[in-house]
Amino acid sequence: MTEPVLDIHGISKSFGAIEASRNVSLDLRPGEIHALIGPNGAGKSTLIAQIAGALAPDAGQVMLNGADVTALGTVERARLGLGRTFQISSLAMEHTVLQNAVLGALGERGGVFRFFRPIMSDPDLLRTARAALERVGLQDHERQRTADLSHGQRRQLEVAVALTLSPKVFLMDEPMAGLGAEGSQALTGLLDGLRTEAPILLVEHDMDAVFALADRISVLVYGEIIATGTPDEIRADARVREAYLGEEVA
Amino acid sequence: MTRERLVNAVILLGLLGTALGAWAMDAPYTITLATKVAILALAGVGLNIALGLGGLVSLGHAVFFGIGGYAMGILASHAQSYSPILTTPFVIEGTKSMPVIWLVAILASALAGLVIGALSLRTSGVYFIMITLAFGQMFFYFAISWPAYGGEDGLSIYVRNGFPGLNTLDPIQFFLICFVLLALGLGLTARLARSAFGLALTSARQNAARVQAVGISPYRLRLVAFMLSGMVTGLAGALYADLNRFVSPTMFSWQTSGEIMVFIILGGVGRLFGPVVGAAVFIVLEHVLGGLSEYWHIYLGALLLLVVLFARGGIIGLVAGREVAHD
Repeated sequence: MTEPVLDIHGISKSFGAIEASRNVSLDLRPGEIHALIGPNGAGKSTLIAQIAGALAPDAGQVMLNGADVTALGTVERARLGLGRTFQISSLAMEHTVLQNAVLGALGERGGVFRFFRPIMSDPDLLRTARAALERVGLQDHERQRTADLSHGQRRQLEVAVALTLSPKVFLMDEPMAGLGAEGSQALTGLLDGLRTEAPILLVEHDMDAVFALADRISVLVYGEIIATGTPDEIRADARVREAYLGEEVA
Repeated sequence: MTRERLVNAVILLGLLGTALGAWAMDAPYTITLATKVAILALAGVGLNIALGLGGLVSLGHAVFFGIGGYAMGILASHAQSYSPILTTPFVIEGTKSMPVIWLVAILASALAGLVIGALSLRTSGVYFIMITLAFGQMFFYFAISWPAYGGEDGLSIYVRNGFPGLNTLDPIQFFLICFVLLALGLGLTARLARSAFGLALTSARQNAARVQAVGISPYRLRLVAFMLSGMVTGLAGALYADLNRFVSPTMFSWQTSGEIMVFIILGGVGRLFGPVVGAAVFIVLEHVLGGLSEYWHIYLGALLLLVVLFARGGIIGLVAGREVAHD
């Protein structure tokens, strides 16, 4: 079996009496989309924060490409190839679409402490940024101010910025949130092609997208992973049906 | 040419024109006022790097202004008394050369910026404002309690420092020195805003999590911005001391920090020429209203209120419209 790219092992995190993560283990193998689902309040966001490096777990390990990154922060993990998108669009709203994409390309290339040369005429960064914008379908909006984008377009830009990083792992927190049917279909198509570039850990509420895309699904309930398996196995799992899918599948 | 650029050109030429006109009409006091505007504007240009680009509300920029002032005062006072600053382990003489004084002012400010920034930038928001204010007060009281350099009374320098090839005692020549430095400061800030560093810094102001997620540390960006910001304000401090041929702890006071910030808020936060307009309005008000009443700050306060309430983007924003994202 191939080594997992991302390996989360025995993570626990409590806030006072609330156990947000209980001994969570999951892994992400090359070429796969691994979906993480769970009802509201299951602890998905807390888990994502611990994987991204924004929150330190009380116990457990996060391994990225075989290296223990548990002690590292967000910045270092991003440099090691963790490309994340946020549940709530997290962009520089006063900047243009292109500037946001160029920022991603700059983070990937390095050389941020350059004070004189105008960055928006750097051909390498522009090429990377424009290629990413084109893949998500924002190429005609590059000069628009990000604050003036529609909600769906901001979601697309989130993905584009992650693409500019050429990450080794994508960590996507509800990329479909708030997208219309058409938008989530287009994004589903994009993510489908993306898994060969880098595996995706996908947190998502849109069940159509999850079951269409995921190679494996893990179900998080009350901070605990109650099942991991293929979409068919998850559909058939009695505990999952009881805890979560109940009404939606029936 | 965008509207803002046009407005900027008018402002810069207006300042130059005022000084040259006053020179032609033999009105040296007006030249001095224009010089004061140029110097205070430069101090504001410095703060605008931290505040406008970086979103760092520093209420302690008087530290840099004062360091620049005392760099001039200490070097020049030793030169005028022919006593070296240091004899062991090696001799350091004072100097009356402006370029050397500027260099010392800039380097000392960079060092202060590194130390103050490294500590202050661990906090944010109100705590950052308070900690920068606290550093300002530390320097203020240190200057007061340092008798070797005048303590509370400050230091007087009898003859303005020299610049190779120029007569700095001639008001228009000293104005031109300050004006060129201001233009240089504005030009460098404009480049900075468009550079890789500028994009990352302004992005971190808008959304620090985004910058982290692409693998850039906002802390390091802000620390460098704080240092650069202090270096420019420090240079302005050295010029201000030379304008008055006097330096005192007042340059370190929190009122000075506040005034520099007022220039920016009046003119427009993050707008390249905001501090220039702000400083000009401040000096004109001080000159015109200050003659009528010593409580002229009341009117300044009223104006500041109006600008804050009704003109987002300050006076520049009012005249030139909303900032366009540049590329």
